[in-house]
Amino acid sequence: MTEIPDRLHTPPSDQLAPGRIRAGSLLLWAASALLLAVFLLQALHASGLAVPGFATWRPVLYAYLVWAIALGASQVLRHGERGKRTLFLLPAVLFTVAMVVFPLVFGLWIAFSDWNLSGATGRRFNGTANLVEMWHDPFYWNALRNMLWYLGAILVEYAIAFGLALLLNAEIRGRKFWRVVFLMPLMLSPVAVSWMVGKSMLEVRFGPIASFARWLGWENPSFFGSPEIARASIMAMDAWTFIPFMMIMLLAGLQSLDREVLEAARVDGASRWQGFWGVTFPLMLPVSITVIVIRVIFKLKLADIIITVTSGGPGGATDSVTSFIYREYRDRSNVGYGTLLAMVYLVLIVVGVTALLAVFNRILRRSHGITQ
Amino acid sequence: MIEPEDAAPPPPRLGHIASRVAIYAALVAWALVCLVPIYWTVTTSFKTAPDVTRGHLVPYVDFQPDWKGWRSLGLSPDTIGEISTPRTEFLKRFRNSVVVATGASLLAVILGSLAAYGLSRFSYRFAWMRNGDISFFFLSQLILPPVVLALPFLVLYKQLALLDTRIGIILVYTLMVLPIVVWIMRDQFSAIPVELEEAALVDGLSIWGAFLRIILPIALPGMVAAFLLSLVLCWNEYFFAALLTSTNANTLPVMVASQTGSQGINWWSMAALATAAIAPLVVIGVVLERFLIKGMTAGAVK
Repeated sequence: MTEIPDRLHTPPSDQLAPGRIRAGSLLLWAASALLLAVFLLQALHASGLAVPGFATWRPVLYAYLVWAIALGASQVLRHGERGKRTLFLLPAVLFTVAMVVFPLVFGLWIAFSDWNLSGATGRRFNGTANLVEMWHDPFYWNALRNMLWYLGAILVEYAIAFGLALLLNAEIRGRKFWRVVFLMPLMLSPVAVSWMVGKSMLEVRFGPIASFARWLGWENPSFFGSPEIARASIMAMDAWTFIPFMMIMLLAGLQSLDREVLEAARVDGASRWQGFWGVTFPLMLPVSITVIVIRVIFKLKLADIIITVTSGGPGGATDSVTSFIYREYRDRSNVGYGTLLAMVYLVLIVVGVTALLAVFNRILRRSHGITQ
Repeated sequence: MIEPEDAAPPPPRLGHIASRVAIYAALVAWALVCLVPIYWTVTTSFKTAPDVTRGHLVPYVDFQPDWKGWRSLGLSPDTIGEISTPRTEFLKRFRNSVVVATGASLLAVILGSLAAYGLSRFSYRFAWMRNGDISFFFLSQLILPPVVLALPFLVLYKQLALLDTRIGIILVYTLMVLPIVVWIMRDQFSAIPVELEEAALVDGLSIWGAFLRIILPIALPGMVAAFLLSLVLCWNEYFFAALLTSTNANTLPVMVASQTGSQGINWWSMAALATAAIAPLVVIGVVLERFLIKGMTAGAVK
């Protein structure tokens, strides 16, 4: 394997004394032994054996911290300058491993068990029983189907955001003012929005939007009564908070476009409409794809508004996967089943997002070929 | 659409004016969509029950403003000097939100900036992973939905006695925003020319010395942007806070959500609470908008 040279060249490190290298190794071994010892001791203690131990697993966490610091120190002791370079990356990697990789592995372990946190029995391994239950759980499939609806709404959000970005990019007075105003919804927490819009403005008797709907001629406005309208209301609230984000990114894309290309299209006598579809839109494709991918990723986490406004109702019509699992846990405190559902969701997401990226890459490559 | 001013040679005056009107009408319409909910919430916090139920909108014309909502939070002028349980409660949640959001954003900016700097300057090899793989490892955390980690965290935190503690929530939030910080900061550091540090290294500074003295000051605006974006996300987070906190460490969103469910809705006090919960971010949005936009657009446009 060939070494890729660093972008930043650093002076070659000095010869390190063998004693220093040995000290580094020794430090790492000692810290590892400490971590392992604390972990084993606590594991034995927790499994009911009569060994002295701690009341909680907290000391294991401290031992991990000590180990992490020792690992960093030993890197510098053993590798000198190269070790100091590793120190930039090490904290973030160790943090992420501890907070993601470990919980994920642990999650796989609990996903195949029946574990009621408030019950007395503790964890019981139950093999694939959770999988079978999931297969026959109509509400989970319903939640997944709803996610498709919610994802579909992104196209509408994208169209609105693009329109707003074009507006802000036009020759207007007070651009900064409009930008600040349009950014506002993004700053508000979904929970506050749930109350402000979902519970208060959409309130059927005297909410202003309900009054407005009545004035428009809708006899008995009800925003969370029928499944379709309830879903649309959730979509609208979610879109309201997130359109600014897409808008800002698209605006940045518009502002970075080459003015001369746009001018050339105009001189060639293209109408505005033709100019947009023939020039602006294709040039904006890379930014558009970034925006849509990011939006898809955030949409897949949708939960707060649903949990606080409809709790998934009516009849599960507005449930997202996250809000469904949340309720599943709240009602039954079964962590095993909930974790399995989440794991399956994760697999679906990884497959789906990978496929989406592949499709987008293909579109990009093809349109690139045409515009060349 | 891009430059409506310089249209085709014989300027179609009427069409031009019509398009100006259309543009401003659209701007005003969307501004209303953005602002009316905020306006409604703020005014409702000054309404009494009949004013709410009659759907009154304009203060002093439709209804006489009243401190009712703020009084129930203990934050109106006449109650501010007295002892008030709701206010203590509210301030406790508010303080939790401040500590958790700033703590997590700070930690994420520190960890993320260090990693992003390393990735932009050096070639690492860790087992089979090169720089590209390591960056992908960080960014891929973004597609991990919170619900996948939520229940394992619940169990682990219980064992670690971290449930319902601020430090526990800070750790989770740091994890949540770390990929975004790495994404922003990688972009920022790549834009800084390497020659700056090379000169500093020749002058005898160590790598860390060059990073801390030369690069950090230049990258500061980017770090502020990353910090503010993290702050917004952490301040508004609800899902993890609802699961992992109960009485001590819960944040404002949890408080807002818990008020809506029970015992019918107290319109004016809910409105006051919602106003107080969104106010800090509205101020940040207006004052520091420049940085937020910088953070959001980092890496989006090549």
